[in-house]
Amino acid sequence: MSALLQVRGLSHHYGQRIGCQDVSFDLHPGELLCIVGESGSGKSTLLKTAAAQLAPSSGSVRYHQRDGDWLDLEELSEANRRRLAREEWGFVTQNPRDGLRLNVSAGANVAERLMAMGMRNYGQLRDIAKGWLERVEIDPARIDDAPTAFSGGMQQRLQIARTLVTQPRLVFMDEPTAGLDVSVQARILDLLRRLVNELGLAAVMVTHDLAVARLLAARTMVMQGGRVVETGLTDQILDDPQHPYTQLLVSSVLTT
Amino acid sequence: MTSNYNFAFLDENTKRMLRRALLKAVAIPGYQVPFGSREMPLPYGWGTGGIQLTAALLGPDDVLKVIDQGADDTTNAVNIRRFFARVAGVTTTERTTEASVIQTRHRIPETPLREDQILVFQVPEPEPLRTLEPREAETRTLHALADYGLMHVKLYEDIAQYGHIATSYDYPVLVDGRFLTSPSPIPKFDNPKLDHSPALMLFGAGREKRLYAIPPYTKVESLAFDDHPFEIQRWEHQCELCGSDESYLDEVVVDDRGSRMFVCSDTDYCRQRRAEQAA
Repeated sequence: MSALLQVRGLSHHYGQRIGCQDVSFDLHPGELLCIVGESGSGKSTLLKTAAAQLAPSSGSVRYHQRDGDWLDLEELSEANRRRLAREEWGFVTQNPRDGLRLNVSAGANVAERLMAMGMRNYGQLRDIAKGWLERVEIDPARIDDAPTAFSGGMQQRLQIARTLVTQPRLVFMDEPTAGLDVSVQARILDLLRRLVNELGLAAVMVTHDLAVARLLAARTMVMQGGRVVETGLTDQILDDPQHPYTQLLVSSVLTT
Repeated sequence: MTSNYNFAFLDENTKRMLRRALLKAVAIPGYQVPFGSREMPLPYGWGTGGIQLTAALLGPDDVLKVIDQGADDTTNAVNIRRFFARVAGVTTTERTTEASVIQTRHRIPETPLREDQILVFQVPEPEPLRTLEPREAETRTLHALADYGLMHVKLYEDIAQYGHIATSYDYPVLVDGRFLTSPSPIPKFDNPKLDHSPALMLFGAGREKRLYAIPPYTKVESLAFDDHPFEIQRWEHQCELCGSDESYLDEVVVDDRGSRMFVCSDTDYCRQRRAEQAA
């Protein structure tokens, strides 16, 4: 099966400092890839560069469209990049406040991408928004509440609904469960796993939590200092880490 | 006319700059053209944008009418009219049909306009997306890409909160099927008058340093949802002075016991109707 996203030699530098350096990977349809590593290891930079939110210093990202053509993201016009990001991709930020529009209701947040795609029927928009709130386990009666009235976990679920409403093929997630307490985190992970399976999504997820990687991802990449130090099947990496840094990472997980 | 001023207050180079910007605005209907807004002898928010446009347009033979919320006799209208009478020596009028240039704040006259008339709007905030997107660079990109889904988020919010589109003034329009445009804070009652208007409509925002235009006979569409179409305000009342049931009405408190009356906001229209009835 051919890949959905092809990343080759991707680097992003912040001036002299390295964000990420020479990263290559393929992402296949329906696959969830985890990027793990400590803070400052370049995970988020890699994610943003692959999602075309940051311009790469070198290297390329290619995306396999529905019609079978390969799209080189660097050659993409701003208009097409935005259309792609809105209709075929999704991006879930670590802090839901960054991904949500806080001054409008939950329903408007979910429906925004549909309206941007040209849907102009209020009744339909509302039905779809209600359906999605239900799918992410938010009471549809709260459709007109402001996101600020929601708890952190609900806000994150709302952001997921808002992102998935256009049925994207590829979702980028930047530590979607960081900063949430353990039980809420478990619910969101469970939800994500269910939705990813239901919708056949491909996803790249950044996390510093190895347990999240083990739960969700088939494949994992380990990053250190902007470079990928080890990549492979998640179970393999966690049970039999080869690189010294991965070994350190795995051994430093607290077990209860 | 006071001879100590250049004709119509602004110097010739400034007027030339304004005219060039106006030509560009007419060429791209609804597009906000930046211009070098000057200090005017009145505060921002009182019509500095409109007054500069009017100054650039006026010739010695023009007849100027100035209205504020439809009325010829309010402070803003009286002062701007007197200002141009003094610095340009042009004839001023209160009659819509006699005017060649009409500067307006927040209304379009009820009397239908003609091809030889120009309407100049005073605009406080030219960017219709501003309340939703504070970044100028981003709103410009959205205009460039005609990416206007955001505006419907606001209309959605209205329906979700009030059951109908509650935006009653400054109601967003799409000009010539391309640019999302603020019609300035006119009541949405006046929006249909923008569509295919025979008169040229010019909009000036002095503080924001932007001007834009709706050329004559241009398609102007008020945004809406399929199942919540655009509607204008309706009243159960008639004007208590002229009896009109199709003009935009103001509710005026007439004493301190809560009595009130409904009268036309367009004073010239109301006066003409009463004159006709008396005759």
